[in-house]
Amino acid sequence: MIEITDLSVQFGGVRSLDEVTLTFPGGNCGLIGPNGAGKTTLFNVMSGFVTPVAGRIVIDDVDLLDMTDYRRARWGVRRTFQTVQTIESLTVYENVRTVHEHAAEGSRSERQDSVDDVLAFVGLSEVRDKVVRTLSQRDRRFIEVARAIVGTPRVVLLDEPAAGLPEEETDHLAQIIRSVPERTGATVILVDHDMSLVQACCDWTAVLDFGRLVAAGPTAEVLHDERVLAAYVGDEEA
Amino acid sequence: MVRGVLGHRAFQPTMVGGLMVFALFAMPSIFDATWIFNFTQMALYSMVAASVGMLYGRVGLVSLGQVAPYGIGAWVTIRLAFATDIPYPLLLVIGGGVAAVIGVLIGLPALRVSGLYLALVTLMLAVGVEVILFRLKFANGGPGFNGLALTMSDRAPVPRPTFAEGDIAYFRFVVIVAFIIFMLAVAFLAAKPGRAWASVHQSEPSALASGISVTRYKLMAFGLAAFMAGVAGGLYGAHVQWSIGVDQFNRQAALFLIAVVLMGGIGSLWGALLAAFFATIMLPFLTQNVIGHQFWNDFALTIFGIGLMINLIQTTKAMEKKGLLE
Repeated sequence: MIEITDLSVQFGGVRSLDEVTLTFPGGNCGLIGPNGAGKTTLFNVMSGFVTPVAGRIVIDDVDLLDMTDYRRARWGVRRTFQTVQTIESLTVYENVRTVHEHAAEGSRSERQDSVDDVLAFVGLSEVRDKVVRTLSQRDRRFIEVARAIVGTPRVVLLDEPAAGLPEEETDHLAQIIRSVPERTGATVILVDHDMSLVQACCDWTAVLDFGRLVAAGPTAEVLHDERVLAAYVGDEEA
Repeated sequence: MVRGVLGHRAFQPTMVGGLMVFALFAMPSIFDATWIFNFTQMALYSMVAASVGMLYGRVGLVSLGQVAPYGIGAWVTIRLAFATDIPYPLLLVIGGGVAAVIGVLIGLPALRVSGLYLALVTLMLAVGVEVILFRLKFANGGPGFNGLALTMSDRAPVPRPTFAEGDIAYFRFVVIVAFIIFMLAVAFLAAKPGRAWASVHQSEPSALASGISVTRYKLMAFGLAAFMAGVAGGLYGAHVQWSIGVDQFNRQAALFLIAVVLMGGIGSLWGALLAAFFATIMLPFLTQNVIGHQFWNDFALTIFGIGLMINLIQTTKAMEKKGLLE
């Protein structure tokens, strides 16, 4: 369970998050909203890249904001980025191993098994030893997901992981995302503009608009909420 | 560790083995004393170039201050060589170690800046070290903290290790030390620090999100690079032996160093050898052995400048292609 209380973020004169109070119940959760709603800002606060002006984030009775950025990753807050940020000069295996050796525990053989397991899980075993710069954008997206879920994550923040993926690959990604909580015990928060992906993966969804919480609850209900339609679907139709 | 080094992409055993055999056994019988002197300079300069290339090419830290640990390593090793009976290889480790400590201290303020600002900060620190070295001067067999002899007759050459007193033996010694230093760099690149550096170079937010302490690994990179340059400095003193000035360690040398490193290429450690070749073999060849005229010296430097410009343009294009520049 992730409890966010009165969280506010200010960039100059712009309030990106405005007293957001929200509880993610666990499992697969969606976080949606139009562009500029504050979704990535919330991820950046949770990752430690942005310092809020007020508020708390408590996960498993631990106040996340007390930890420095890289220690949050070691503690279990993992993420992907809108723009893929895989390590181009390393192999696929080394990319995932790098996260495991810094953010997870285990012996050398356990690490190798864990990394190989996760590569098989996301379907990257065949390109295990390829240098990332030689691979497609599709492979890079799945490498990012593998990096986020390797080891023992507590929270996995997926920031538009399906961006640029063709439909059949999005289906494959949805299968992976659905399996993550059961496989790792982590809470997954999925940000994506593809509503079908959010519906396919998430039982529970929160909606932000202009830095404020508009609605939160079971995904099917939230997506039919009038306020959400006005804020998000309306925006999309426009 | 050994398996990691030998199996790493940066290590090419056939090329490295062939080069070592050629350097240790063929070169002394092919080249005369003047060229062996130049090739000794090339071998030790390649370590300094490798330290710059590693910082820039592997971690993304543009340091113009690598002549500072180079000079500090030289000063400490030369001073201890006159004052103590410590075996020379150990002196090199001490000189490199002191340089590494200074390198980490230089890295501390540099952590808050990046890119052009980092280059300027490191250049300023290098100028500071240059001023200190200019005041201290290099020991030449005299007494006191500085070890400076006041009269010509009291001056002595920087002692070489007993097993490498001749020029050819010293050349072989420098080549072997350079090989060890390069293998040390490969060992780091093939291991956890190397992967962390690659991550930091690619994207600091992504590195932090992977649990990597960016500060710690940047300082480690500064420390290792300074150690490499410091060991090279230690070798430089016993290479030149007489009248060691600050020419090798001043701001012009700093800018020249980054120029040749960029020309040699920062993508692999082989670029460091090429950079050292440009600086210590090609330039003297153009200016002394072929043409021997100041005009051509300037002309050669102009060619270097053009090469640097072309390299910078290509690097910028490559960075734009990777999305690192907007």
